[in-house]
Amino acid sequence: MSAISELSKLKTRRARTPEERAAARKEAGRDNKAGYLFLLPWLVGLFAFTLGPMLASLYLSLTDYNLIQTPEFIGLDNYARMLEDARLHKSLQVTFTYVVVGVPAQLALALAIALLLDKGMRGLAFYRSVFYLPSMLGGSVAIALLWRQIFGTGGLVNQVLQLLGIDATTGYVSDPDYALWTLILLHVWTFGSPMVIFLAGLRQIPGMYYEAAALDGANKRKQFVRITLPLLSPIIFFNLVLQLIGAFQSFTQAFIVSNGTGGPSDSTLFYTLYLYDRGWANFQMGYASAMAWLLLVIIGIFTAVNFFAAKYWVFYDD
Amino acid sequence: MTEPTTTERATEPMTEDAADEPMRAPGASRSGSVGRSLLKHVLLIAASLAMIYPLVWMLVSSLRPTEVIFRTPGLWLNELYVDNYIYGWTALARPFDWYIVNSGIVVLGAIAGNLIACSLAAYAFARLRFRLKTLWFAIMLMTIMLPYHVVVVPQYILFNNLDMVNTFLPLVLPKFLATDAFFVFLMVQFIRGIPTELDEAARIDGAGHVRIFGQVLIPLMIPALATTAIFTFIWTWSDFFTSLIYLTSPDMYTVPIALRSFLDATSGSNWGAMFAMSIVSLVPMFLAFLFGQKYLVKGIATTGGK
Repeated sequence: MSAISELSKLKTRRARTPEERAAARKEAGRDNKAGYLFLLPWLVGLFAFTLGPMLASLYLSLTDYNLIQTPEFIGLDNYARMLEDARLHKSLQVTFTYVVVGVPAQLALALAIALLLDKGMRGLAFYRSVFYLPSMLGGSVAIALLWRQIFGTGGLVNQVLQLLGIDATTGYVSDPDYALWTLILLHVWTFGSPMVIFLAGLRQIPGMYYEAAALDGANKRKQFVRITLPLLSPIIFFNLVLQLIGAFQSFTQAFIVSNGTGGPSDSTLFYTLYLYDRGWANFQMGYASAMAWLLLVIIGIFTAVNFFAAKYWVFYDD
Repeated sequence: MTEPTTTERATEPMTEDAADEPMRAPGASRSGSVGRSLLKHVLLIAASLAMIYPLVWMLVSSLRPTEVIFRTPGLWLNELYVDNYIYGWTALARPFDWYIVNSGIVVLGAIAGNLIACSLAAYAFARLRFRLKTLWFAIMLMTIMLPYHVVVVPQYILFNNLDMVNTFLPLVLPKFLATDAFFVFLMVQFIRGIPTELDEAARIDGAGHVRIFGQVLIPLMIPALATTAIFTFIWTWSDFFTSLIYLTSPDMYTVPIALRSFLDATSGSNWGAMFAMSIVSLVPMFLAFLFGQKYLVKGIATTGGK
């Protein structure tokens, strides 16, 4: 059971009669002291490093703050400035493109390969390792450096193209038309971790469903559409939500490939890169806080839309 | 999402291989002809090659002079050019082992913090009844999905005011306060799969919570703790953003930041040395992956299931 379905379950659990609630409260009294003692580190962390900072950044987003002078309250000026900040708009456009293209492409590939693998086949463990490995290494600086070479002017891609007789000299990472797409490709390359989750999900589908469907004369395609997809839909949903949230926060690869500039011509200026640029290169902590809150709102909206849409396509069998 | 499935998965989630066998209709696998199976393997092998080729090529290229890297897409090595490693190791302000030690300190601290703090919180959530538990649990689940960037600015200001910038504390201290809620959740899932009869038996023997936690549950949680340790290792070792903002003095650089500084130190032109040190940085991750793979797979399968 994933964190996501746990959350939706909690909502339904809340409907209780007053008597039940009173009984539960009485019951709950039992381990209060021990419970809070074991929870103490987490609680301190929650307030010191999560809830506290969230409130602080909400306040800072209403100030002008450069780390040295005291924050100066400026109301909604930072948000007003965001409306006119062309680089911010560019960074949103870059990030949306990356998320909207990269995430579905990566998940589609993960699902396709998982379907090819889930047959108790020969070499399964080998294939799974090979496909899973890139997703473990993909976030590292080393891989981003490799990408910078591969998609550079004299990089591996052009070398291979030249072998094939194509006169390829484009420096993909230094061409605004291509740079973002090399990063999307890097994202797709890391399909291994959603693939492993799909594999686990496919194993949960009882074989008898397929048996029964086959007896009824359903072909493979029909079995896929009627059995596999509906029963896998909670897992597709889980992967989609997590990958969306993760993709919005991508940073390292774009930072390394553009050496921190988000270039060429801001074509790889991810939202987080611009946030870093405002906060740590220009010490506009107030503006960076406002950007962080906008990011939270955007991710929140995407996630909410997902949860809403899930009612129409995610199938829970209980 | 019936209870038996959850328990079933959580109790034996770490026993490998049995789970590789998918449940399927007997004979379903035989419905595909030999030709189809062959086609499938050809497809998968082609995909594997495409996935892994860049990595192998980087390894091979790290043993080539830079000018050869730029004209050799193949994997054949005429000679082992180890100068890249020798030069790369000493190209920065400190020898590369300095940065490896820095990274090692951060990684070990993060692992210790996550193991201790997350398992404590997980025990409370999985086994104890206390007031507002549902609320805290829901908050914990939501923090898994909270973007780090929303809290990083005030966190930075906090550590800056505490004079902790350019120390490892901002990278390690939060782990001792269970800020990686993902692992709390992973362990909660795992503990739920351990029969409560074991706790009851210990309680009848007079054990308190500390002993039940430390002597009954912790030994049974080894697989979940291993998953946590390996994920923490890989994620912390490759973490770039946190190091980038907190560690600005070259003596404090961790491996990813040191690697990044190759772009400036050699104006991004000494690819041989850069590849060599990249390989050095990937080796520990690769080993962790190789030996910890079953825990990684089981870990994300357990939390990722429906």
